Amino acid sequence: MSAGFVVRRIGFYVLICAITLFFAVPMLWIASAPFDKNPGLGVHWPDWTLENVRKTLEHPYAMHSMVNSLLICVTTAVAVTAFAALASYALSRVRMPGRDALLYGLLLLSSVVTGTAAMVPIFVMMFQLGLIDSRFGVALVMTGGLLPAAIFILKDFVDAVPKSYEESARVFGASTGQILRDVVLPVARPGLATIMVWAFVNSWGNFLVPFLLIRSIEKQPGAVLMQTLTDEGGSVNLQVLPVFSLLFSIPVVVLYLLVNSRYGFRFHGGIKS
Amino acid sequence: MTTASPPAPADPVQGRGPADGGGRAGARGPARDVAGLGVGRALGFVAPALLLIGAFLVFPAIWTIYIGLTNYRLTGVEAVSPSMVGLSNYTKALNDALFHNALWLTLLFVLGSAIIGQNILGFTLAWVMRRTRPAVRRTVEAFVLLAWILPSTVVAYLWVAFFDRDGGTLNNILGTPGTAWLIDYPMACLVFFNTWRGTAFSMMLYSSALQAVPPSQLESARMVGASGWQTLRDVVFPHIRGHVLTNTLLISLWTANDFSPFLLTKGGPNHESETVPVYIYNVALQGGELGYSSAISFLLLIANLLVSLIYLRLLRRRS
Repeated sequence: MSAGFVVRRIGFYVLICAITLFFAVPMLWIASAPFDKNPGLGVHWPDWTLENVRKTLEHPYAMHSMVNSLLICVTTAVAVTAFAALASYALSRVRMPGRDALLYGLLLLSSVVTGTAAMVPIFVMMFQLGLIDSRFGVALVMTGGLLPAAIFILKDFVDAVPKSYEESARVFGASTGQILRDVVLPVARPGLATIMVWAFVNSWGNFLVPFLLIRSIEKQPGAVLMQTLTDEGGSVNLQVLPVFSLLFSIPVVVLYLLVNSRYGFRFHGGIKS
Repeated sequence: MTTASPPAPADPVQGRGPADGGGRAGARGPARDVAGLGVGRALGFVAPALLLIGAFLVFPAIWTIYIGLTNYRLTGVEAVSPSMVGLSNYTKALNDALFHNALWLTLLFVLGSAIIGQNILGFTLAWVMRRTRPAVRRTVEAFVLLAWILPSTVVAYLWVAFFDRDGGTLNNILGTPGTAWLIDYPMACLVFFNTWRGTAFSMMLYSSALQAVPPSQLESARMVGASGWQTLRDVVFPHIRGHVLTNTLLISLWTANDFSPFLLTKGGPNHESETVPVYIYNVALQGGELGYSSAISFLLLIANLLVSLIYLRLLRRRS
């Protein structure tokens, strides 16, 4: 073992440690502050207590905003999955006029029309439709935004499903409805589950859309409530916000781990919040 | 309608494989109606999705053009009866120092955090992690991925706490109590924040790209005594050049459209961190100038469209 090798080995581990610290240190606070008797903004070993958790559960809006988040995100996830499933199956199996152009258009849409680029017209549109301060309106906008990418991921998935299952079902005289329900649906389940989780996680973390469209605090989802509480400031929030951040992050991490362990992480169907 | 990334499809548009059987000449893609759906019902299947996309994605994008040609405002006379003002919103943008400032800051943000930060850190991680023990690899990747999947408001709050003037972790580490990082160095903070936030994507993309580099070539490079840098430049880079390009385009697009800077600094202090998305928001909803902000939105849409077209063309050429 030469000296050069040892030096390189040490440098290698120093590099890994430095990068890990860069990623880990800002996160440590969310692990310590929620359970600290004197929560501050810096990371330090906590003086253990569950008082903050109690305060958060009693907070007039905290748990309520979780329910709002759930309402919005479940609606979005179900709608995205249902509509994307129908569309992607038809686009994968049936040759329709203009199909390739449509797919190309969807792919462009998913990256060109971002929330920030479309926030003004969306705000104006929802304002004129009277859908400001409506959780259903938020879910609608999110569904429209997620659908192009969802159709794309699912179509990739359906394309990979062998057609022989459907063919043999047909040979045995199954109707179209039976084939879809009893053959296609079960085979496509991993893809549907992945898309549902992907849509849920994306809408759960979405700040901009509800921030634009929701006015009253009792309708705010968690992502917006956090911002509202941060702006208020004050010492109460140092007790509530850390616990709330932790609670608000749990569903995303759990769902991610679930999809990752059950179906494996498919890179181009990656989840990003 | 998310600040989120659409996933990167491996193979867009073109169906793969040869034309399907059944003697239907000229057919492209894997379309074969095995379940007996029929074109009519298939259109019915596609319709609900297209209606939603049309109403909440395509229509707003097109409507931006119209609103951008008016003096529409959130309040006042122009809120009730806006009038056409032609291209004056665009000529205004040409002379608007704050818009130029926003463009410049967005450029800095994209260059610093995406093109340099995420790209280099992501590649370094992918390259270094090839040869580490699985336990180390999994631990490091867990943190990098966690930074990527946590909700943006949570992440923003973590960093606000990290940078805080009184008792923030950064001041504790550096021993510089009382330094208000987000006020004194807002752009640098945003660059660090976004590098941290988005590196996971580049790391995963480069990890899978590096697997395509033939081990035999790496071995021969080692045999002839090439240095690490020479190996990277002459053996690895030619194999992943396409990935570098597409990755850079994608993360630049996402970064330029990222609304998270609003959560950290709201564009302040005094417009020093007001990137284009934050500027659009401030002009539209704080200033109430819906017409003018629509014109700027339209410019952002065009920029997005150009980057996406280049991206798709590159992808298609590769496949």
